[in-house]
Amino acid sequence: MSTTTVAAPLTNSLTAGKLPKYTSLAVLGASWLVAAAVFLMLQLSGASKDFNLAGTLFFGTVLYCVAIYLLSYFVEGVRKAKDRLVTALVTAAFVVALLPLVSLVVTTLTNGLPAFLTPSFFTQSQRNIVGAGGGALHAVIGTLFITGLAGLISIPIGLLTAIYLTEYGRGRLARGITFFVDVMTGIPSIVAGLFAFALFSLLFNDPGIRFGFGGAIALSVLMIPVVVRSSEEMLKLVPNDLREAAYALGVPKWLTILKVVLPTSLAGIITGVMISISRVIGETAPLLIISGFTASMNYNLFSERMMTLPVFVYTQYANQGADAQAYLDRAWAGALTLILIVMVLNGVARLIAKLFSPKLGR
Amino acid sequence: MTTAVDRDALRTTQRAGDRVFSTATIVAGSLILAVLAAVAVFLFVQSVPAFLAAPDEFDSGFTNFWEYVWPLAFGTLWSAFLALIMAIPVAIGIALFISHYAPRKLAQGLGYIIDLLAAVPSVVFGLWGIGVLAPMLQPFYSTLVEWFGWFPLFAGPVSGTGRTIFTVAVVLAVMVLPIITAISREIFLQTPVLHEEAALALGATRWEMITMAVLPFGRAGIISAAMLGLGRALGETMAVAMVLSPSPQVIFQLLTSQNPTTIAANIALNFPEAHGVGVNILLATGLILFVITLAVNMLARYIINRRKAFSGAN
Repeated sequence: MSTTTVAAPLTNSLTAGKLPKYTSLAVLGASWLVAAAVFLMLQLSGASKDFNLAGTLFFGTVLYCVAIYLLSYFVEGVRKAKDRLVTALVTAAFVVALLPLVSLVVTTLTNGLPAFLTPSFFTQSQRNIVGAGGGALHAVIGTLFITGLAGLISIPIGLLTAIYLTEYGRGRLARGITFFVDVMTGIPSIVAGLFAFALFSLLFNDPGIRFGFGGAIALSVLMIPVVVRSSEEMLKLVPNDLREAAYALGVPKWLTILKVVLPTSLAGIITGVMISISRVIGETAPLLIISGFTASMNYNLFSERMMTLPVFVYTQYANQGADAQAYLDRAWAGALTLILIVMVLNGVARLIAKLFSPKLGR
Repeated sequence: MTTAVDRDALRTTQRAGDRVFSTATIVAGSLILAVLAAVAVFLFVQSVPAFLAAPDEFDSGFTNFWEYVWPLAFGTLWSAFLALIMAIPVAIGIALFISHYAPRKLAQGLGYIIDLLAAVPSVVFGLWGIGVLAPMLQPFYSTLVEWFGWFPLFAGPVSGTGRTIFTVAVVLAVMVLPIITAISREIFLQTPVLHEEAALALGATRWEMITMAVLPFGRAGIISAAMLGLGRALGETMAVAMVLSPSPQVIFQLLTSQNPTTIAANIALNFPEAHGVGVNILLATGLILFVITLAVNMLARYIINRRKAFSGAN
């Protein structure tokens, strides 16, 4: 009897009841295989025409959640089982969020590339075009003009406000501005367009007013709060020692800000500005309302309708002519152009932030 | 005499440059407040004719402005509500994944990928919603109506195109996901490390640590993130305008071809052709949207700011 107790292996209380490390991967693979087998049988029996990959992955993952929970429940206990279940669910949530992004990028690329690669897309407008052909030059020019003017208006105002909030602002005005800048970031873009329309149709007494400058004003309303927020964050990062060193040398406050604070945070501010541009360059609704749409070139911001890329995409989709496919192709090509512009702006912004940001502690 | 000289030297001289610069910053800051006020004032002035409009100015049988705006306001709130129900659990999951589950080195890159979703223009989401998502979901809707038609929300007849309020809600959920994720992620990362380590040291599993330390700490943050997402979903225009096949009435069914439309989408679809009082009516619906989103955003910001004051995390 005593021999049996000696022969029994000593159980390690720390590893007891613990699944080996490879368990989750093995169970995941097994679940997918089982789901694949079920769908393969469905396909062979003729119930469905082709192999259902999405269904396989979906039901395989659901099966994994159930299997790992039960397995862990019986080996490791209910607490560990819950932990494993939540790990699976949280990872699944992340993958689920990636699906639309991947699907969107792939569809835009496959549908947009043919028209995007036609040479006329960036050299011609849509004037007198019925059916295939023509291009989006008028929309690209309009987007550059309107977004550029919006930037010219919002960057100085936004930057000065950020300087006020970090360097001068105290008391109720500063707190009020901070609060309402945050609230302004939540203004629906279409309301900004309606505001520009209401303002200018009253000013010029023209109930059907459409022009590029109004679009720039509408975009500025959307862009200013973003510029303020990002620049404010960057200005706050400038160490106080630098300011105090400048004051100690007798430099006036405004020169300290211009020559010390701003250059130190310049990279971050440029990043913020580029991200704010990428935010407004894709805005459709306000431009649809105040800038309208046209098929012709227009270089004058202060008169006549002006086409922009997002509105181009929308109108090509919404007002399809007899040859619908040509219009859809152009819409997707416009969407591809927009996505490329936005991604390039974002990428360059991140690069600038990474390369030129001041190396602080952390 | 020396003291008098000293006092002169010590007094900060008000330089012209200083005065100009500080005034310029104050003017810029005040301008922002003025713009916000101007948005409200100009929209209101232009909306007055709509409140007083004669019954024959409205189409499809409405007799006054409030009757006209009610189904639109309902559609706006209903679609945003559906979108949030879908987006919040997924967003919290992603935020937890990035802040507490993913390998440290990958975490930042994964955050950028989710942020890319925020950078996609809404008109592209619209194209994608109608070109890819709606046809893909339509067979699923048919099955749902066939099997679960007894459930009031899924009652038939099913839409043949998939351009339903449910598809819109899915698109909106994808669009608000990055906002909710970004804010909850920031807040989860601010959880005091000592709380987390204390929970783990007591033998808690990772999930128990999250329920005990991270989620209670981040509750106010999650609520305000959800409300900011709500603000975004309420005001989203192009995706709704392109995907939905609208009919201006109050309908709860999710999968039929009759769907309540939203204020923003209604404006975008009708504004180019509107004239006379019709323009004022659309501007007035815009004013209502502005008031709703302003209230939601102010409440959200109020909650965030209050939390900042008490958390002591900074």
